[in-house]
Amino acid sequence: MSETKEKLFKGGAFLVEDLSGDDVITPEDFTDEHKMIAKTTEDFVVGEVLPLVDKLENHEFEHSVDLLKKAGELGLLGADVPEEYDGLGLDKISSSLITEKFARAGGFSITHGAHVGIGSLPIVFFGDEAQKKKYLPKLATGELIAAYALTEPGSGSDALGAKATAKLNDAGTHYLLNGEKQWITNSAFADVFIVYAKIDGEHFSAFIVERDFPGVSTGPEEKKMGIKSSSTRTLVLEDAEVPVENLLGEKGKGHKIAFNILNVGRYKLAIGGVGGAKRGLELAVKYVNERKQFGTAISSFRLTQEKLATMAASIYANESAVYRTVGLFEQRMGALTDEQLKDGREIAKAIAEYQIECSMNKYMATECLDFVADEAVQLHGGYGFMQEYEVERMYRDSRINRIFEGTNEINRLLVPGTLLKKAMKGELPLLQKAQGLQEELMMMMPEEVGTEPLEQEKYLLRHAKKIVLLGAGLAAQKYMQKLEQEQEILANLADMAAEVYNMESAVLRTEKAISASGLEKNNQKLLYTEVYVQEAFNRIEAAAKEILIAVEAGDNLRMMLSSLRKLTRHTPINVIAKKREIAKAIISEEKYIV
Amino acid sequence: MNIYVLLKKTFDTEEKIAVSNGHIEEDGAEFIINPYDEYAVEEAIKQRDEHGGEVTVVTIGDEDSEKQLRTALAMGADKAVLINTEDDLEEGDQFTTAKILEAFFDGKDADLILAGNVAIDEASGQVGPRLAERLGIPYVTTITSLTIDGEKIFLDKDVEGDVEKVEASLPILVTCQQGLNEPRYPSLPGIMKAKKKPLEELEIDDLDLDEDDLAPKTKTLDIFLPAEKEAGRVLEGDIGDQVKELVSLLKNEAKVL
Repeated sequence: MSETKEKLFKGGAFLVEDLSGDDVITPEDFTDEHKMIAKTTEDFVVGEVLPLVDKLENHEFEHSVDLLKKAGELGLLGADVPEEYDGLGLDKISSSLITEKFARAGGFSITHGAHVGIGSLPIVFFGDEAQKKKYLPKLATGELIAAYALTEPGSGSDALGAKATAKLNDAGTHYLLNGEKQWITNSAFADVFIVYAKIDGEHFSAFIVERDFPGVSTGPEEKKMGIKSSSTRTLVLEDAEVPVENLLGEKGKGHKIAFNILNVGRYKLAIGGVGGAKRGLELAVKYVNERKQFGTAISSFRLTQEKLATMAASIYANESAVYRTVGLFEQRMGALTDEQLKDGREIAKAIAEYQIECSMNKYMATECLDFVADEAVQLHGGYGFMQEYEVERMYRDSRINRIFEGTNEINRLLVPGTLLKKAMKGELPLLQKAQGLQEELMMMMPEEVGTEPLEQEKYLLRHAKKIVLLGAGLAAQKYMQKLEQEQEILANLADMAAEVYNMESAVLRTEKAISASGLEKNNQKLLYTEVYVQEAFNRIEAAAKEILIAVEAGDNLRMMLSSLRKLTRHTPINVIAKKREIAKAIISEEKYIV
Repeated sequence: MNIYVLLKKTFDTEEKIAVSNGHIEEDGAEFIINPYDEYAVEEAIKQRDEHGGEVTVVTIGDEDSEKQLRTALAMGADKAVLINTEDDLEEGDQFTTAKILEAFFDGKDADLILAGNVAIDEASGQVGPRLAERLGIPYVTTITSLTIDGEKIFLDKDVEGDVEKVEASLPILVTCQQGLNEPRYPSLPGIMKAKKKPLEELEIDDLDLDEDDLAPKTKTLDIFLPAEKEAGRVLEGDIGDQVKELVSLLKNEAKVL
């Protein structure tokens, strides 16, 4: 990793840079230690958590607390906590693999994720020395359990609209917090809550609130559609007495903590989405191999195979993209000095750099999970509708992922917005590239695409990037500052950008794998990449066309459409044949394989 | 106390077995510590924690066997030895394994050697007993309980579901049966520490052996998968007729009566 450390990529740079396989971290780079950590996590989930799922789903939360403590003994709560505070201080790949492997536990993975992620990380990143010393060692073992309290009945995506208040008491020793925080994961048993409130109704700030502080209580357990294994309640603050030393970060700078923690929460959800989707595919393929209709296993039907292959190709692209982002974080955090690592502002800067990638991963991977869960139920037929089957729970559990940590719609709007901001600030040469594109298109001659592995995919990728620039440039030029209100166009751009990121991540991963161990060993990866890139390119084309038609009319429109046609000219691959080949390997191995 | 564990890597129990040209296909397969050997590793660690000493895990295999050794180190073993026969031996059997281990243990002062009851791949159950025989120490197979008191050792041995209580003395070799303990998960701190623990690699040369000393005493003639299970049949009609039909089927079709 030492060579890659020197080359730090800017967030959003994927749209304007040409990368090679060596520039990205891929699952094939995982070390034996990474794999052992993944295995311990998986064994723990299968051996300890799954046998208790029915009890957890039934809200017997004493088991949640026990399981978290057991997880703590194994080190599964301390990956992101530095060693000096009795954690393990592992790299981001390790903690991501833990997240991925926990996904199978459904609601309990949310319990775990809320504790180690949004619950503990605010203190890891933004706590002062005394706060870190006091809380982190116990959070790393599970002696204390953490929760995160941002949402209120009246403020969800609009987090800064929070009504909760904090007021310094006359003695100047305590803040008195008042308000209600809603849908707080782990609230039945959490000992520590990260709570956001406005000091004097004005300065949005974060606090570490202990359950035992006077004035802190929780409401009744919510009745949810899914993730029933996790506890969700309201946190009620009535003149809650919070010592002044429990103000987290600076007064009035709570939004810095909130938004950066959300970023981390988002990529962690994306990783969980990939883990869950892999399980969904496994359940589906095992079932279709077993289930016989018309005298034959339904896995022998072509339409079943089509579904399995589409699921697997989507998982591959999302897995590649998510771990690429993990790699970006690892490189950027790894480049920080020990001193910088103690400075919340430096950390915040490093995290904020990749908010585009975090958002894209979040909506793409959670939608991949939802798609896979839905198809897995479908492949189970009527049995998938029955509670005895794991897919039934997965289907319900999956749904929340598109809602929390910023709805997928909010995340979509953030992507083009942030890209344009970066372009305006001169951090990304987006506008220059878009302008250059116009000239390039005038001169553009049809290109002969070679037949070497990945050549067509790289060609489509290059052109897909140009199509995004075409759409973004046109929209920016047309609407200028008012682009914010054209939400349909923004969403299309967000989809296109995210498809490019997924496509490129798959291409680079496959390229890297082939150059390391040859084509024969990586045929499945190549097939996934070919299928995903082709289908993603088709989606990009459709979304771009919609933008052009919405923005332009008459001759201008005809000209733009002709530019788009130049960029989309290619001979598509036969995805039906490729998918049959993909499915063959999955049906034989009965799980997601690469 | 010097505790040694004999460890073998085997196919993951989830792995599908495919045979081609009389060989089991290993390409892309996941490997694990033989589950019975995991009981041995766990017991070794427990006994060391109680009585002090050192746990050394030994395996005969190839470069990839390092992974299973690291897992044992991550569980808590102190040292590992890989006897790599990849380049030197084309084939081997239980004789080969016992012979190599005999050479390895020459001059070692082992108080307790633990092995799995059987390996889940070839399931011979021979290596432990044969090694004990060669080393001239007692052995007890399929143990489900182990207590050490000074030089004495008290064992429960599983005898087809019954328990035989055995008292013996150290040094001894035992093979471990399910029920002996619950193997721990390698913890994350354990995994990180395992990287730094010593893992010695030997070849048969280092043990003063050559290929001829180790030629197998058995020959594998064929490897094949069991016949696929066919769908069952449900007999219908009144009980008397069903019994008659069943007897006739067992006699004439299955030919087992």
